[in-house]
Amino acid sequence: MTTEEKSNQTNSDTNPLTAPVPDLWRDPNATPFVEIENITKKFGDFTAVDNVSLKIYKRELFCLLGGSGSGKSTLLRMLAGFEAPTSGRILIDGVDMAGIQPWNRPVNMMFQSYALFPHLSVEKNVGFGLRRDGMAEEDVKRRVKEMLDMVQLGHLAKRKPNQLSGGQRQRVALARSLIKRPKLLLLDEPLGALDKKLREETQFELINLQEELGVTFIVVTHDQEEAMTLSTRIGVMNHGEIVQVGEPHDIYEYPNSRYVAQFVGSVNMIAGKVSVDEVDHVVVESEEAGCTMRIDHGISCAPNQEVHVALRPEKIMVAHDKPEQDLNCMKGRIEEIAYMGSLSVFRVRLPSGKEIRVTQPNYARDMGARFTWEDEVYLYWDVDSSVVLTV
Amino acid sequence: MSKLPGLARVGEVLANRKLPALVMKVNWGRQMVISIPFLWLAIFFFIPFVVVLKISFSEAAIAIPPFSDLFEWDPDGAYATFKLNLGNFLFLLEDTFYLDAYLSSVKIAAIATALTLIVGFPMAYLIARAEPNRRLFLLALVILPFWTSFLLRVYAWMALLKRGGPINDILIAFGFIDEPIRMLQTDFAVYIGIVYTYLPFMILPLYSVIEKLDGSLLEAAEDLGCRPIQSFFLVTVPMVMPGIIAGCLLVFIPAVGEYVIPSLLGGSDTLMIGRVLWDEFSINRDWPMASAVAIVMLVVLVLPIMFVRNRIGNKGEV
Repeated sequence: MTTEEKSNQTNSDTNPLTAPVPDLWRDPNATPFVEIENITKKFGDFTAVDNVSLKIYKRELFCLLGGSGSGKSTLLRMLAGFEAPTSGRILIDGVDMAGIQPWNRPVNMMFQSYALFPHLSVEKNVGFGLRRDGMAEEDVKRRVKEMLDMVQLGHLAKRKPNQLSGGQRQRVALARSLIKRPKLLLLDEPLGALDKKLREETQFELINLQEELGVTFIVVTHDQEEAMTLSTRIGVMNHGEIVQVGEPHDIYEYPNSRYVAQFVGSVNMIAGKVSVDEVDHVVVESEEAGCTMRIDHGISCAPNQEVHVALRPEKIMVAHDKPEQDLNCMKGRIEEIAYMGSLSVFRVRLPSGKEIRVTQPNYARDMGARFTWEDEVYLYWDVDSSVVLTV
Repeated sequence: MSKLPGLARVGEVLANRKLPALVMKVNWGRQMVISIPFLWLAIFFFIPFVVVLKISFSEAAIAIPPFSDLFEWDPDGAYATFKLNLGNFLFLLEDTFYLDAYLSSVKIAAIATALTLIVGFPMAYLIARAEPNRRLFLLALVILPFWTSFLLRVYAWMALLKRGGPINDILIAFGFIDEPIRMLQTDFAVYIGIVYTYLPFMILPLYSVIEKLDGSLLEAAEDLGCRPIQSFFLVTVPMVMPGIIAGCLLVFIPAVGEYVIPSLLGGSDTLMIGRVLWDEFSINRDWPMASAVAIVMLVVLVLPIMFVRNRIGNKGEV
């Protein structure tokens, strides 16, 4: 499911939606595993987390996505018990976590900097939690060995953290946080310190591990691509609030605000005025685009309200000749072309001065050569490609 | 065939001819810079040490300076006799007084160092965990006493600790004691003096390591099931160990040879090698004996410290 989502995101076109997997969060009667109820956290005058409510279900891989200062890490730290909420309630597996200290919570955390103990070997780092619980030494040894084999680090057990590469440290941190078999694992930017190639590999390992162990994961990340790949659901945060919760596909294709649309992926935001507002479609007149746009979903808005139409670059088609449709068709001049290998990016200037970003997959070898700088082109798209946003 | 590699090497050397010249140049500048502290150590440490070593092998004499020469010239100047006197060192071994003085010095210094650590650690910890803009101010407070004379501060402690001093007065006023207690001229006063005087030497190295301590390590420990007290001993202490060792050495080494504090605050029974050395030197006017005491003190101190340093060095590499 996740691979298809990824291709959905990078390859534009019109891959039909992958069939939704019936999962707990779709079932209104399911009991949530983690319940965050009206949580607020204030540091002095600053509100880091503002009245957040979330329900996270068993075996989910939930991503909290947001920029820096959006409150996602603070929320995670409250789940781990390092910060006490100013108001609100956190329930994990039905137990109110108020006043329960970090060392007594059924939760483990993987830290952003990994926080490996530099004075202890890999083996001692991973076994640290079990030894604190007073587990018999031979059991600790066995469990540590199993866990290290699982993350393919069995041969490095005697090393110190500073003798490991970034990727190996990340695995040690993961092994250490999983060894106590927590009900809930919190991961703070788990892949943030890895280079791009390693990050992509590790993403899938993380997903496999999570499915294998059946642990509920809550991941904090600022990387939308990472969130899209990893998660069953994403909660987008901004200024301490959750602005949208949904499956990666929903977040990408049906953003509920300009913030979400712009934060997740790239998007062209075209201003316009609603002229027709029906149940199943909206028509928007836009001076900026120089055309009339029709979008096949209804919105609730006032007549003539100023709205924005969000249009993903990969959903726009480019042609030299005028297409048959009059709706959803803009004219412009190519100002810049960037050839990226798998796709080409065009920057097209409209007569209104508005710049539109278009990506075209290079499905034939010399696709890019068809268009060149200063070409007058038509940009057009289907009625089900764009989204109208009122906020 | 066998000559080819040789030729290749010649070519390599020729090609890289510029490189060694450059390295040489850099090295010269480097040698100059390094030689300055070396010169300093040679003039002000090594040469005096050799002089003291020389005196320790001579015999006390009523002369100026009050010791015999190692070389005695024949009146004709034809030959010289070389007289190496090991008697001073033998006497050090024979008379248990010196051994007691050494052991007592090490004991007092060790206890004082431990006390300094106990007092200094929380202070260093709190300073390192204070608001960043307040840390400098707090550190300045730690160093501030250095701006007055050391001797003056020890005299101040004499005034505080004496029978009719403010500490006794306050204790009596609050009814904790009926009679003034004797604090001055006891080992207790010596400990107070050493802890007070050397505290900054403990706090500064501790502060510098605690400040760098990554707070997420402690959170990780708690997350894995440690109570704060456990995470302190399992994570904080091992992490700040280099600072603890540095601070302890900085306090312990000068404390062993301390002379002023045991003389002014200690009693007549406070036996410390620094005092023995002074008595030997100025009261007995036995320079060779005093030199031997000093040499042995150096050996007694340096050997264990080198041992500790080597062990830490090895640990750091593994």
